[in-house]
Amino acid sequence: MMNAIIKITVSVVLLSWASGFRSFPKPSPASGIGSDTIFNFGRPATQADIQRWDIDVRPDGKGLPGGSGTARKGKTIFAQKCAACHGLTGVEGPSDKLVSTDSSQVKAIGNYWPYATTVFDYIRRAMPFNQPGTLTDEEVYSLTAFLLEANQILKPGTELNAQTLPAVQMPALKKYILDDRTGGPIIR
Amino acid sequence: MKPISGENPTLQPIKVSRRKLLGGAAAAALVLVEAPFARAVQVAVTQAELTDPTKIPGVPPGQVGTRSTFEKPVKKPSNISSRTPLQDLFGTITPSDLHFERNHNGVPAIDPAKHELVIHGMVEKPIVLTLADLKRFPSVTRICFLECSGNFRSGSEKLSPQDICGLTSQSEWTGVMLSTIFRQVGVDPKATWFLAEGSDAAVMTRSIPVRKGWDDAMIVYAQNGEAIRPEQGYPFRLFLPGYEGNMSIKWLRRIELSDAPYLTREETSKYTEPLKDGKIRYFSFDIDARSIITFPAYPAQVQKGWIEIRGIAWSGRGKVQGVEISTDAGKSWHPASLNGPILDKAHTGFRYVWQWDGRETELQSRVTDETGYLQPTYQELVTARGSKGGYHFNPITGWILKPDGRVLLSNG
Repeated sequence: MMNAIIKITVSVVLLSWASGFRSFPKPSPASGIGSDTIFNFGRPATQADIQRWDIDVRPDGKGLPGGSGTARKGKTIFAQKCAACHGLTGVEGPSDKLVSTDSSQVKAIGNYWPYATTVFDYIRRAMPFNQPGTLTDEEVYSLTAFLLEANQILKPGTELNAQTLPAVQMPALKKYILDDRTGGPIIR
Repeated sequence: MKPISGENPTLQPIKVSRRKLLGGAAAAALVLVEAPFARAVQVAVTQAELTDPTKIPGVPPGQVGTRSTFEKPVKKPSNISSRTPLQDLFGTITPSDLHFERNHNGVPAIDPAKHELVIHGMVEKPIVLTLADLKRFPSVTRICFLECSGNFRSGSEKLSPQDICGLTSQSEWTGVMLSTIFRQVGVDPKATWFLAEGSDAAVMTRSIPVRKGWDDAMIVYAQNGEAIRPEQGYPFRLFLPGYEGNMSIKWLRRIELSDAPYLTREETSKYTEPLKDGKIRYFSFDIDARSIITFPAYPAQVQKGWIEIRGIAWSGRGKVQGVEISTDAGKSWHPASLNGPILDKAHTGFRYVWQWDGRETELQSRVTDETGYLQPTYQELVTARGSKGGYHFNPITGWILKPDGRVLLSNG
């Protein structure tokens, strides 16, 4: 026991001496680590890695797939796969009300959503709630067309596709303003 | 039953039949007995068997600790969220199993060996990272709060802090700085946004400014010293200090760099604020400063005399600069003591010791953050926004002390 204590004491003294009597020297730059170090962990992503998940759609239409759909087809799909939660016309619930053109009413696609592309993106990734990700692109175009027509945004009979969908103007877009609060004493 | 072997062979737990243990009413404590498959299990014992803990050998060491059966803090779940019991907690770290939850289609079960994160888009070298890869990077550990921006409820004087704003919690998070990974993939200087996407049944997506990625964003795989819990994004999640919780995408599977935001469903139709001029404010990222007294608060009962008023305060824009307490419904204010260290974008504990004369009064707290923002009253917020709730609604909370010792939410 005493030997161990002496050994530890000697080691501490030697270490202190070696480091200029600082018990914990700062990491040396010689270790090669800098704020710009690149570690190169992981593996390169292949096109297949990216394509399996890259389903997002931007307001400018980037990411929209081929195919097309109409409200007429969408109405049938909606009745089969969506009406249980949203009602046959998209207003009955019990889940989110999807159809309204009256801005004094609860948030719906017609009175609150700023971009039509978002309707497509969301349905494709997350609906139907109990079977997400099971709809074909054609079905998603048709459901989007059905909902936009029901909200009186799309002229009856319009075919939605990668060109026509991003061109749809949503009434609520003009209401959107960026948050510009940065703290300080103002309450907004 | 065989005695349970341990480091000290002279100590053996008392032999109690399983039937006897389970037969009693009112479970009061735990002892270890040996299960038929030779594994120790913890079983409740009745109060009657535990009148004197010095007369019965205690429980031997176990593999996993448990709460005292006398303590029952629980989250309060709904279909879409589960709220932290703020009034039952001490200090500022939320026990991981009591961290709030907000899910958009349930908690996914993910095998980390099969889970990958793809980073692509406007980058030089798109990559795929696994949990094991992330753990190889230099690690960063940081204590921060995480709050859902839809975190205000009212409507009854019998609401607890958990009911009012239980969608905020705090953890020590460990992971890798997103900037470290951004350097590796070579983010295009023209990229201004990135999309983060989860691997849940909502395939949750949010657009995040690239500057946040370079600033303090992390990918975290650990929480309070252990692997992050499934409810919090296992095997890893994005973590954006100070930003509304929805943006810290859980079960992260994809990051795509872009020169425009995606305007996803969450950041348009949901996490936005209608304003009184008919406008809709979007991309409100920062959590506004807020405080709440967690004691005394409903459903506590108090007695007149000395009371330590306690609570938490936080800001998504930096540090808490000060907390003031009013014991006269906001007429006068007194500085509270802050429990150090005061951390950036973190729940900060405050205390104010006060002597109650037993007459009805109202307690309030208000925080000022380091930007000089002073937490508003409910009426100031309603006047400024034209709405009585919604996202980023952070009013002063008042508690009425009744002469009989009940504590009720003011203007509930």
